[in-house]
Amino acid sequence: MHSPELFLKDVSGFLGGYYAAIAIANAIAALILWQKKNQPGWALVWTVFAGVMMVLCGLALTGSPSLVPALPAAVRAAVNALSGPVIYTLGTTALLVILFVFRKFFVQPMVAWTILNVSLLAMGLSMADANFASIVMKPDNVPIVGLVFLLAFFTWVATKQAVVNDERIARGEPPMEKLDDEKVLVWPDLVYTELICMVAVSAFLLAWAILLQAPLEEPASSVKTPNPSKAPWYFLGLQEMLVYFDPWYAGVVLPSLVIFGLMAIPYLDYNKKGNGYYSIAERKFGYLTFQFGFLELWITLIILGTFLRGPNWNFFGPFEYWSPYKVEVLNNVDLPQMFWVNLLDRPLPRPPQGAGALTQVGYILLREAPGLLIMGAYLVLLPPLLAVTIFRGFFKKMGFIRYMVMMNLMLLMLTLPLKMILRWTVNLKYIISIPEFSLNF
Amino acid sequence: MAIGETIRNSQIWKSIFRHPMPLDRRNRIVVMLTNFFLHLHPVSIKKQGIALSFTWCMGGVTFFLFLVETVTGVLLMFYYRPTLEWAYNDILALRDVTSLGILRELHRWGAHAMVITTWLHMYRVFLTGSYKPPREFNWVIGVILLLLTLLLSFTGYLLPWDQLAIWAITVGSNMARATPILGYEGPGQQLLSIGGIDMITDGSDARFGLLGARFVGEETLNRFYVLHCIAIPLAVALLLAIHFWRVRKDGGISGPL
Repeated sequence: MHSPELFLKDVSGFLGGYYAAIAIANAIAALILWQKKNQPGWALVWTVFAGVMMVLCGLALTGSPSLVPALPAAVRAAVNALSGPVIYTLGTTALLVILFVFRKFFVQPMVAWTILNVSLLAMGLSMADANFASIVMKPDNVPIVGLVFLLAFFTWVATKQAVVNDERIARGEPPMEKLDDEKVLVWPDLVYTELICMVAVSAFLLAWAILLQAPLEEPASSVKTPNPSKAPWYFLGLQEMLVYFDPWYAGVVLPSLVIFGLMAIPYLDYNKKGNGYYSIAERKFGYLTFQFGFLELWITLIILGTFLRGPNWNFFGPFEYWSPYKVEVLNNVDLPQMFWVNLLDRPLPRPPQGAGALTQVGYILLREAPGLLIMGAYLVLLPPLLAVTIFRGFFKKMGFIRYMVMMNLMLLMLTLPLKMILRWTVNLKYIISIPEFSLNF
Repeated sequence: MAIGETIRNSQIWKSIFRHPMPLDRRNRIVVMLTNFFLHLHPVSIKKQGIALSFTWCMGGVTFFLFLVETVTGVLLMFYYRPTLEWAYNDILALRDVTSLGILRELHRWGAHAMVITTWLHMYRVFLTGSYKPPREFNWVIGVILLLLTLLLSFTGYLLPWDQLAIWAITVGSNMARATPILGYEGPGQQLLSIGGIDMITDGSDARFGLLGARFVGEETLNRFYVLHCIAIPLAVALLLAIHFWRVRKDGGISGPL
């Protein structure tokens, strides 16, 4: 692309507006805190912060490399060097766990506002980096940036109400939603809300359409393969799973199971509590399972696939140039290889020349015996074993069929993180590898 | 004021709106019962059921975006021709020369937004436990609508016929090649053979059915265009009707018992 000076000139107008918008938001917040909430201390903090943002706005508008606020090169290099699929996945998991465990702390408005400001500031500082900006500002990637902030916001809205409700229920009071029990007329109370929503969404969509042009690349050519070739953004979590599984599982079986599993939720969740109001404590198992599947396995993988996977689907740090020449060492080993060759120091079982079909299948089964035994134990032995131990309560209340459906869905969902961990720790490629039948797992 | 009065007393106005303005309690109830578009709603509703902090308005916004996509989509259909010769050039012209070319931006960003609001709506429904009895089946319909929303977006992705489009669809549809038994690179495809002749080839497998060809080409463009503009929207419209009807029949918006 072009030089850093030209890049900063291009982006300075946007950054100026961005910092000014943060300043205005904080000024409004300060005003509300001072006038309505009677919290002059916090009002002062955000006024000062708004002032700082105005200074950053001025600096950004200069467009000069020495003045535009940016992360120091050393910090960017360190972030690039540190980041990788392992750190990313473990980091997001740890973050979600911390947010969940200390949710009472994080839902406080001032804590949430601080986190929002810090992440917006980090985003602004990062945008001054040409590599970061070129990925984030790709027109089709902009919605995902929006999705991240929207999800964070709505998760906060929901958790805040759940925390309040859980405290009320613990005290023996009904949830907050019960307090507004009186009925109101739909005209005007609901239809006007709907009208305002429609106008707001239309205005938002128009502004978006005017400010950001829809992408249109070169005419289609079936001989010029772009690198990386990516599916539409909402399928990038599935594409990321291709790192760990073959297409038949990552691209067909797992997505079908996601749809089937979602449909099965109301029939598996026998917990009658938490119907019609925000609550976590009353339905911890269901809540955590869903959040693990949605936030961790769906959303974070989409973010990873969109922003951090470049040419050849290699991992790139957020400030790294997407070089098509980056080479990653692939030294993954199949389980049969590990077992027969590395552990027992023998060649892989191979049928003798000219053996019949049945003999060949027998040899394949022998070769894959370790993987087949492990998967058999995982899918066949584990559910009954859990039914008589830690999930005894579930088994009793759900009955055989519902329990088995739930356990199998859960175990299949967990194949993804388990395979990730096996890949990172022992470089496992396939547990079962039967290329003769295109069956690799 | 007099003109307004005259209009409201005219035969035409009265033939459309059979009751006075919804200014008092009686007429505010009557309007909900006699207006086709409003009668989707109940007459009265619990206050918590319409609190934005509870509903996030995401189901409504998703439906509104569906309407926006329908209107902008129909207008774009007047202009765009789904053939190898014209598809790309028509989009190019929408960007560079056509007045109201912004319709394409509205349509594309609206589509992205609709995927996001669908997810947020389902997220809210899960977090409030609103899929629990008696609303189990409406959640199932919702999951099908989610799938159809993704398919709508996916089929529309191909239509600009640029590099972004065909390669995204190529990557996405390559998965179908690996469908167990029915994809020609999938596990167990050898099982479907009669007299030693493979039934599942690259000219007869799941991917071929999706693309209408062995690779993303003119047949695919036509197939996705029809799916995008007619088949999937009709299915969505039907399921939306059932979805809304069942919200009412299953006891209205959820709330604590």
